[in-house]
Amino acid sequence: MGKTFAEKILGKKAGKPVVPGEIVEVKPDIAMSHDNTAAISKTFKEIGVARIDDPDRHVIVLDHCVPAANDKFAQNHKDIRAFVQEQGIKHFYDINRGICHQVLPEEGFALPGYLMVGSDSHTTTYGAFGALATGIGRSEMAVIFATGKIWLRVPETMKIIVKGALPQGVSSKDVMLKIMGDLSADGGLYKSVWFTGPAIDAMSVASRMVLTNMAVEFGAKNGYMEPDAKTLAFLKDRARAPFEVVKSDADAEFESVVEFDVSDLEPMIACPHTVDNVKPIGAVKGTKVDQIFFGSCTNARIEDFEIVAGVLKGKKVHPSCRMIVIPASQPIFLEALAKGYIQILAEAGATIVNSGCGPCMGNHEGILAPGERVLSTSNRNFKGRFGCKDAEVYLSSPLIAAVSALTGEISDFRDLL
Amino acid sequence: MAIIKGRVWKYGDDVNTDVIFPGKYTYTVTDPQEMAKIAMEDLDSDFAKQVQPGDVVVGGKNFGCGSSREQAAFCLKYAGVGAVVARSFSRLYFRNCINAGLPALTLPESPDVFKAGETIEIDLSAGTIRCEAGVFKFPPLPEAVIGIFNDGGLIPHTRKILGTDR
Ligand code: SF4
Repeated sequence: MGKTFAEKILGKKAGKPVVPGEIVEVKPDIAMSHDNTAAISKTFKEIGVARIDDPDRHVIVLDHCVPAANDKFAQNHKDIRAFVQEQGIKHFYDINRGICHQVLPEEGFALPGYLMVGSDSHTTTYGAFGALATGIGRSEMAVIFATGKIWLRVPETMKIIVKGALPQGVSSKDVMLKIMGDLSADGGLYKSVWFTGPAIDAMSVASRMVLTNMAVEFGAKNGYMEPDAKTLAFLKDRARAPFEVVKSDADAEFESVVEFDVSDLEPMIACPHTVDNVKPIGAVKGTKVDQIFFGSCTNARIEDFEIVAGVLKGKKVHPSCRMIVIPASQPIFLEALAKGYIQILAEAGATIVNSGCGPCMGNHEGILAPGERVLSTSNRNFKGRFGCKDAEVYLSSPLIAAVSALTGEISDFRDLL
Repeated sequence: MAIIKGRVWKYGDDVNTDVIFPGKYTYTVTDPQEMAKIAMEDLDSDFAKQVQPGDVVVGGKNFGCGSSREQAAFCLKYAGVGAVVARSFSRLYFRNCINAGLPALTLPESPDVFKAGETIEIDLSAGTIRCEAGVFKFPPLPEAVIGIFNDGGLIPHTRKILGTDR
């Protein structure tokens, strides 16, 4: 019988054939950490090893609170820079580069067939490039610093086939919210999730990243797509090393196969306080919002800017709400500048912030007050996520966020056509 | 392995890491005692004030979903929690518990068979939980991770393997 993508990659790393459920000790190709590297470096020191096993496998990106919001964050960054120096880590990106999950693909670290880990749950994003990528804890990263290795359980595979052509204005975010809502927040628990089908094939690489980014939101160990011509075009001139595309065998065994037809899909909204509390937009239309957040590693790439700027061109953000805009990375910021999108958004009254995570996990640059409500293009709407437990977070696509910015309430673009 | 005895703190499905350990603290609160004080801050404001050594946190499906932040496991350990029992765990949370040396026990009957506040007894070696509703068996930890757990967590375990604990 054939092997799945996950079995092949983990088997190759383990040096023997593996089956789901087995636990293997493996050496990842790339290990990513961010602002949590200071804490990791302290744990690494506790282990009692002087030098990092292989500094070139590590990529460190400062993004979670950049520039530092106060002296504690500043000290955190200072400790990381000192550690990077001391250990000779050359793949280090300071506060001016962007969100880790955008930076690694842009810099050519996310490659087909790679085993990638990161001390961040949305490390699953790199699966859009055909890597097996998953999140790990800080202690585990400290051990990789010391030994290069980690134990992983070989996951069962769930195949999600997305059929049909998306209606105009409905995006991969709506697809992912639909999947989340139907399968629920533990629908993919421990699984390797393969997104495939005509609707996936039709998506841009950036749109595919939305699905793998959010795969962890329904419990998946990893989400991935098979690389195609679009993936390879993205990687051309970027890939840092030769790579090998790994695909599931035709006769591989999947634990489950789920099909979605998105031909009639409506814009979807995740309502407070869980990502699987998903409703079609009709059910929440008219809900007043105090803030629109257009940012995060989920939906702040150039194709998203094109959409949002297209809506806001020559118009104004409604006076009853604010709009925070954060490009996912510095190159995206520059491209949005060059294409005039930043100008359009600033003229519309949006507040433009440097690339980084911003308010997405409640650190700074757009924290909510009690009783306030945000409509966000990010991936998580848990209580307290925007820094205040008595605030509400709704999630949507960039297009819905943009039209809602015009009205100050959750709005459907189809009503404005 | 030890017997754990304590009161039940009962919660529902999909308890996420943001309510156990809010994101805004993840780079600034690192002292174990301070971490214990904010455990469960956005879910249950009584928890950190009233939790006692050996108490057991009980949940439904998908406990610990969300972030990779291991502080959500460590803060419960530092608060004195003896074990976390749930119908299922998010994979990151399960790993982080093992790595913290905090028992994460999967029980299909959880949380329905538990009453909030009742005192229960967990026998780790026998794999049993005794509560008012009866005695329930939970599956043993996977063989490959028992060593980590028995050594008190991933860091002491790694030190032992590398010989840096001597
Ligand atoms: S943008 Fe949000 S979800 Fe993405 S890495 Fe940053 S904090 Fe995490």
